[in-house]
Amino acid sequence: MALSGVEIFKLLPKTNCKKCGHPTCLAFAMKLAQRQATLDLCPDVSEEARKILGEASAPPVRPITFGTGDKAVKMGEETVLFRHDKKFVNPCVLAVEIKDTLSESDIIKKIEEVLSSELDRVGQKLRVDAIALTNASGDKGKFEAAAKIISSKAPNVPVILSTTDPSSAEAAVKIFTGKRPVIFGANSGNAEAMANIAKAEKAILGVTANSLDELSALTEKIKSLGVEDMVIDSGAKKAKDIIGNNTLIRRAAIKKNFKALGYPVINFAQRDDSLHEALIAAVGIAKYASIIVLSSIEKWKNLALFTLRQNIYTDPQVPMQVEQKIYKLGEPNQDSPLMITTNFSLTYFIVSGEIENSKVPSRLAVMDCEGLSVLTAWAAGKFTASKIAAFIKESGIENEVKHRELIIPGYVAILSGSIEEKLEGWKITVGPREANGLPAFLKARAA
Amino acid sequence: MAFVAPKETYSGKVYQVNAGTGANALSFGGENVLPFNSFEGTVPNKPLIAYEIQDIPPADWPENVQKPYSSVSGDPVTWAKFCQDTLKAKAIALRLIGTHPDRENRSPEDAAKTVKDVLSAINVPLIILGSNNAEKDAPVLIAAAEASKDKNCIIGKAQEANYKTIAAAAMANNHKLIAMSELDINLSKQLNILITQMGFDKERLITDPMCSALGYGLEYTYSVMERIRLAALTQNDLTMQPPMLADVGMYVWKIKETQAPESEVPLWGNAEERGIAWEATTATALLMSGAELLIMRHPKAVEAVEKVIEELGG
Repeated sequence: MALSGVEIFKLLPKTNCKKCGHPTCLAFAMKLAQRQATLDLCPDVSEEARKILGEASAPPVRPITFGTGDKAVKMGEETVLFRHDKKFVNPCVLAVEIKDTLSESDIIKKIEEVLSSELDRVGQKLRVDAIALTNASGDKGKFEAAAKIISSKAPNVPVILSTTDPSSAEAAVKIFTGKRPVIFGANSGNAEAMANIAKAEKAILGVTANSLDELSALTEKIKSLGVEDMVIDSGAKKAKDIIGNNTLIRRAAIKKNFKALGYPVINFAQRDDSLHEALIAAVGIAKYASIIVLSSIEKWKNLALFTLRQNIYTDPQVPMQVEQKIYKLGEPNQDSPLMITTNFSLTYFIVSGEIENSKVPSRLAVMDCEGLSVLTAWAAGKFTASKIAAFIKESGIENEVKHRELIIPGYVAILSGSIEEKLEGWKITVGPREANGLPAFLKARAA
Repeated sequence: MAFVAPKETYSGKVYQVNAGTGANALSFGGENVLPFNSFEGTVPNKPLIAYEIQDIPPADWPENVQKPYSSVSGDPVTWAKFCQDTLKAKAIALRLIGTHPDRENRSPEDAAKTVKDVLSAINVPLIILGSNNAEKDAPVLIAAAEASKDKNCIIGKAQEANYKTIAAAAMANNHKLIAMSELDINLSKQLNILITQMGFDKERLITDPMCSALGYGLEYTYSVMERIRLAALTQNDLTMQPPMLADVGMYVWKIKETQAPESEVPLWGNAEERGIAWEATTATALLMSGAELLIMRHPKAVEAVEKVIEELGG
């Protein structure tokens, strides 16, 4: 159970020595309770207090870094159940399964799909993050051989090694020594052996069970064997059980601070039907999965899942922004219309979408207004006549278009006169108030 | 430390709303838990997906979603029958887009005739939507509501600018009503209050918090829906308890991701599969945030989402 500021205060030295940088021990305690400070700032705290506070102040879902280097992915650290309360922290890892029954060339083909999966969307690089090698053959040699192919062709991609046989796991994990793979995994039958391997190799241990009771008992046992970094699988395969178990795990961790389930969750979404698999993955992305294993990664599917993951993990308090510049929509020439709007991503998407729908090639000047929409930016003094005039002047657009006409959003019609004053030689035209009026507006002008 | 399942009991529930008449009438909503959390409460109905059709041929739809209807979409009656009989649609949503002043500007009388013709050809529940022109929708939806009197249709969308006339028409002709506001829980609550203050039964309302497509503001719709549902359940806020609509198809099939050919954006993969996945993924995400009624376009996307709904409930 998380401790309150006052409960924490009782455990501090109460000397108000200020060595932690806070004016009083109480102020420091309040910061600790809000997870805005860490206990190591206090040089005088007792061992006993450190132990109690350390356990209570650990994040409810254990932070774990999977893999190493620039392709390593962070998992866990979540603090809320609903994204409107606070940003979901570490986007769910998408992994593709490679079975060790595949031929070498098929394995290489899949690896290449992973390596070429990276896309850029709204300035973020998105990709299939990991490979899950499955010991489908049940044969140790085949598993090891496939692991070697992966390690040589994709040395930087984080890997899940999926086998329940400890000797196969040990053989394969040694190929990834120092690379923080996941061994998947430990069950009630092999927990000790698997824990020993994970401990020796400093690997993350996947733990699987058939119920949340069994899973809790198993993670406690494995922790007592000295393995701290685990990812957990409740055995859920059907969508109904994925949403049910993932919800109960997240609630237990966050609302009850129940440590035995305070680990990142792994879900298996593999289905014969690729679209169905994508939708099961969508359920996992929305509802608390930290790793989702897929059987195939077609480009259309990646784009949809990457985008959903990005949407769900966006910070609800920080508006998504697009880069300030003049965007070309269609293939505009020097006579094509020029419009202006703000850089709130939703505004940009809707306005550019409607311009594209109009099929009238155009330019859209997107001005940095700190991610505010048109009316809000205008009200906040960020979308003003002088700022618009300066942006247009400095953009160099005067060398690109022959005309001198700027179309402004209908909501800021009031600005038209003052922009004309400040932007010499330009004519300001008031466009529609709503983006959905743009196709009719642009078509009427073009006619 | 033994595991104790942290189950929740909520004080509120979502109203159950039914549509249609006779053997094919259907209900949605009615649950007293968050979406698909059947482990801690009752979920009496599955979400309902309606196939979207319109009063004029879908020339403005992208080719990949026009194609499945190419032989039937010239006429709304044939189109509706195809959805019901061949695609096994459980409900149909007729959008009277041709009444928009910037489009064909069809008259309320024309719209009423289309509604009558479609209704006489089908027996599944019908949703009747205007063209989303607040001014024109008022006379169009009055005519449509009268033409479908006592058929227990779902009429929409009533917005702040026109709710009085549309709600009155829905009430007088025994229909259910969609109340739409723009991505704001407070606006949504306020509109529901205004409509019920007219004497409209709150248990006959459906809330549309405004849909957005995956990648185009989906997270806003998602969070507004989640907040509305939490207000309904945890605070027992009666004004937030109508089931929610996700009008998915219209928002999804106008963005670049559902249209751009693979030759233009090789990294995005096959355009047809991408469009279908985009619609189905948007719908699935909104099911997670609380939508009980969905309006969709592509038969394969509907089929895939129905399959997920089965798996989420069974």
